[in-house]
Amino acid sequence: MVATQTGERWDAAFVSDMSTPTSIVVHGVTHRFGKSTVLEDVSFSIEDGESICMIGPNGGGKSTLLRILLGLLEPSEGRVEVLGQSPREACRSIGYVPQSIRFDPLFPISALEIVLMGRLDRVRWGRYSRTCRTVAREALATMGLSDCEHRPFAQLSGGQRQRVLIARALAAEPRILLLDEPTANIDLSVEEQFLDSLQELRRRMTILLVTHDLDVVEEMGDSVLCVNRRLHRHSLPLSPETVTEIFRGGRRLEHDRRTRHRQGDHSNCVHE
Amino acid sequence: MTEFFDALRQVPLLRYALFAGIFSSLAFGVVGSFVVTRRIGYIAAAIAHSILGGIGIAIFLSRTFEIPWITPMGGAFVAAVVSALIIGLVSLRAKEREDTIIGAIWAFGMAVGLIFIHFSPGPGVAMESFIFGNILLTSANDVITTALLSGVVLVVTAFSYHKLVAVCFDEEFARLRGIRSELYYLLLLVLLAVSIVLLVRLTGIILSIALIVLPAATGARLSMRLWVIMILATLLCLSYTVTGLAASFVLEMPTGPVIVVIAAAVYALVLGWQKLRPQS
Repeated sequence: MVATQTGERWDAAFVSDMSTPTSIVVHGVTHRFGKSTVLEDVSFSIEDGESICMIGPNGGGKSTLLRILLGLLEPSEGRVEVLGQSPREACRSIGYVPQSIRFDPLFPISALEIVLMGRLDRVRWGRYSRTCRTVAREALATMGLSDCEHRPFAQLSGGQRQRVLIARALAAEPRILLLDEPTANIDLSVEEQFLDSLQELRRRMTILLVTHDLDVVEEMGDSVLCVNRRLHRHSLPLSPETVTEIFRGGRRLEHDRRTRHRQGDHSNCVHE
Repeated sequence: MTEFFDALRQVPLLRYALFAGIFSSLAFGVVGSFVVTRRIGYIAAAIAHSILGGIGIAIFLSRTFEIPWITPMGGAFVAAVVSALIIGLVSLRAKEREDTIIGAIWAFGMAVGLIFIHFSPGPGVAMESFIFGNILLTSANDVITTALLSGVVLVVTAFSYHKLVAVCFDEEFARLRGIRSELYYLLLLVLLAVSIVLLVRLTGIILSIALIVLPAATGARLSMRLWVIMILATLLCLSYTVTGLAASFVLEMPTGPVIVVIAAAVYALVLGWQKLRPQS
């Protein structure tokens, strides 16, 4: 569990007192796989227009919480509301961006075909409408990929693939954007451009971003949710003690690697 | 080769085989492309082998109870669809390892077929003709059935194309967009089952697997667009069946194996050419 002076537990009473519209309300969620408890009494809420980062060690329950918010998993206990509905009802209003690494790199599909999947629920008689194609092209343009429309997914760089997946989420015209480690597989040299695109989106919608990268947290987050079975919310910037406590061991190296990149040491970079 | 074209005019059986090959190629090119890109060639193999169970049961029932409308091809169709649904449902719902259920269906289907054929009254059943194909068994009715089933496969695929692609590429995202992705995965397996049944007469249940996989695999080496792969696979499948039929007639060899050898040779050539050509 993370202990911090800036940490603040969000409980149900706090949530219900709020007058501003909420995008996500999670109250007392516990989830178990067999005998192991992955999430325990997790409560928090996210306001409309907020940009929140979620961090925590591997196996800490981030992915489980994400799947619960998407309605792909029913929590063992507790209540979840997304845009005032159950996650399953609200999932079409959520733009979900998974990690690009989990896709078959040989699958024969173009960037535009992937982005059009964001409009899959609008397919009529086996065809996408002209509006669907226009929206998909605009989503690609928003992510700076207009010239990659017809390029196969396999031939795109890691950063481009991740942006295609964000464009696919945007094509659904979502109110909430959920991103699962969007910078995990992209090179540091293109990360800044990538984060600029996300900053642009931050003005338009609510964002929940799962990451291991503390620089991304500081750049993108209004505050940060730390998940390690239980959940704590921290305001930013994080104190060095909190950082050490959150990322004991290996994860700190990622932070150092990125700092070195910013200082001009590119020995650890693989340029795209 | 002229003797082949002369024979086509004179021998109806050869014409039936040719038309059955042409019609089934249309379904094979389209469904095979999904099979190769979704990497479910092993499911095609399991469905193909389980067909023997349906053929055995159909022969047993029609001979024992003298029911003429129960045909081996009808049994093959039912067995293929049932196997596809079992494999799909078990892997989606029962959390059982997919390879385990595939292996079980594969062997169980063949075993059931052999047992029922053993107990079937009447003359012995030429199992070889079902396993490796026999164009002499192709009838005008088979051609009509093949054309109809191919048409159904093509129409269903045309209307479900985008959803099938989405389910093959990212099943979870399709589900989040409100698509019943489990249903579309099962639909894909049923389309695969129907396609396999189409070629039982021509290449047999085992060799039909090659015609599902090889033309699409060759197409996938030549293009990174699924619809282009489908067109290439259909054209390749068509040319394999026609040239295979002609070559086997001229060289007096069994048709199914000749078709499969041609398909494998072209795949190997394309693969070799791509590996050996100088990189630009």
